[in-house]
Amino acid sequence: MKKKNMTVSRYFKRYLKRCVTGPVSLVMGLSVTLKYFFNPKRIVTEQYPENKKTLKMHPRYRGRLEMIEDAEGNNKCTACGMCEKACPNASINVLATKNIAGKKVLGRYEYHFGSCTQCGLCVEACPFGAIRMSQAFEVATTDPTSLDMILNKKEGQG
Amino acid sequence: MINKGNLPPGFKIERSESNSEEFFINMGPQHPSTHGALRLALRMDGETIVEMVPHFGYIHRGIEKQAENMNYLQYILLSDRQDYLTAIQNNLGVCLAYEKALNIGVPERAEYIRVILQELGRVASHMVFFACFGGDLGGQTCLLYGFKEREMVHDIIEEVTGSRLTTNFFRPGGSTFDVPDTFIPRVKAFIKHMDKTMKDYERFLSKNIIVLERTKGIGILSKEDAIAYGCTGPMLRGSGVKYDVRKNDPYSIYDQFDFDVPVTYNGDTYDRYTIRIAEIHESLKILKQAVEKFPEGPWRAKEKPVRLPAGRYYSAIETAKGLYATYVVAASGDKPYRIHTRGPSFANLAPLNKMVQGQKISDLVAILATIDPVIPEIDR
Repeated sequence: MKKKNMTVSRYFKRYLKRCVTGPVSLVMGLSVTLKYFFNPKRIVTEQYPENKKTLKMHPRYRGRLEMIEDAEGNNKCTACGMCEKACPNASINVLATKNIAGKKVLGRYEYHFGSCTQCGLCVEACPFGAIRMSQAFEVATTDPTSLDMILNKKEGQG
Repeated sequence: MINKGNLPPGFKIERSESNSEEFFINMGPQHPSTHGALRLALRMDGETIVEMVPHFGYIHRGIEKQAENMNYLQYILLSDRQDYLTAIQNNLGVCLAYEKALNIGVPERAEYIRVILQELGRVASHMVFFACFGGDLGGQTCLLYGFKEREMVHDIIEEVTGSRLTTNFFRPGGSTFDVPDTFIPRVKAFIKHMDKTMKDYERFLSKNIIVLERTKGIGILSKEDAIAYGCTGPMLRGSGVKYDVRKNDPYSIYDQFDFDVPVTYNGDTYDRYTIRIAEIHESLKILKQAVEKFPEGPWRAKEKPVRLPAGRYYSAIETAKGLYATYVVAASGDKPYRIHTRGPSFANLAPLNKMVQGQKISDLVAILATIDPVIPEIDR
């Protein structure tokens, strides 16, 4: 619309002005690119499979769920089921059993990694600090049955 | 040939003799510049767009219905999955509604953690805009530059929350964890870095003749239309309405910080771009003040409630995209009766038809980039 109202001389002047400012602006943009090109220190790309040994997740990183166990495989879980209730996707099944004394202890801690969204609500809900999110981030698998796992090695202490 | 009165659904302008050469094409759902699974049915006259009808719902997950079967804490994690670029801000929006219901306060340190993470999230979201805007206009270099700075923000967020995108961090009365000791030094280093790089990036794109030619005077949204369609955020401010929830209806401790609300008045694509660049600078301003005043003390209120008293509660916050509001209807029990979300991207998409009429198809890409929609939030 504006172009129609312009006189020929003004249009021509604007054209000439743009002939100068246009290439200048392009060169200015290119100078930024060149700055990065000649400054390899500015490159932030990580060479992933090569840096596997030095690559570490932050301590709070939420990977797969795991049970905190000591060297003998004992855990603190009392099978209260708070994590099961807190889980939004029903990824956790806490199956309780009874020990010889007739007390309720943890039998199996079933965990379905396939439906887990790693939100961390289970860890937050646990009143005994029996579970945590691991640092594992390479969790892809070709075998879907391996995603359903049992986390505890031993029955709980009660 | 389609006869008069036999238009595909959604198209309203009646066919006449003069525009009988029209044809219809689909843009999307698989198209890189629709930013997700969004289909735009276009009615073209040559290369000029006559009318446009958006079709969405390809990734509808029924989040609001899911919320009815979850307890209140579990819904916070669903809010991550609406607008994934501003996940940490959505978390706060939900938590503010809960806090209103429970009538609990938040310790000062928690408020500062909130503000710092909010502004970091805003910078990250605007950097994605910067990247995609350049990328959509055909500059792939820009795409990589923008994501570089965003990666730094997400590194900080990952260290604090444990996750890059789906943060699930804020809770009614504070946050899940306290921040680690390295948090404030890292934010300081980021601000210093960002001040320097923003100068580079403005030199890179803001004055570029190709960007100017492709954005100035394109996709004009008038002030009246912007208000009538319910646009918020940079869309509204780009059209000359000075409305920011942080200023006009302050939540958290935003009233204690000194910052401006940038406004431009042309309402075209270039203005919406400059608004976002200016907002990055304002965010950095807030971050500088917050980092200086960052206090010690408790970071979460003592109450850890799981139930809300019956009633209706509303909270509104300003995310990077615009006004994000949560409306909670609480009944008895630990589950909400209904939670409704007013998302900014959905409302911002509404005037697209008006903006693209009479423009070329390549301009549509530029206009859509400056709306900066996130499709999972539109579909929900």
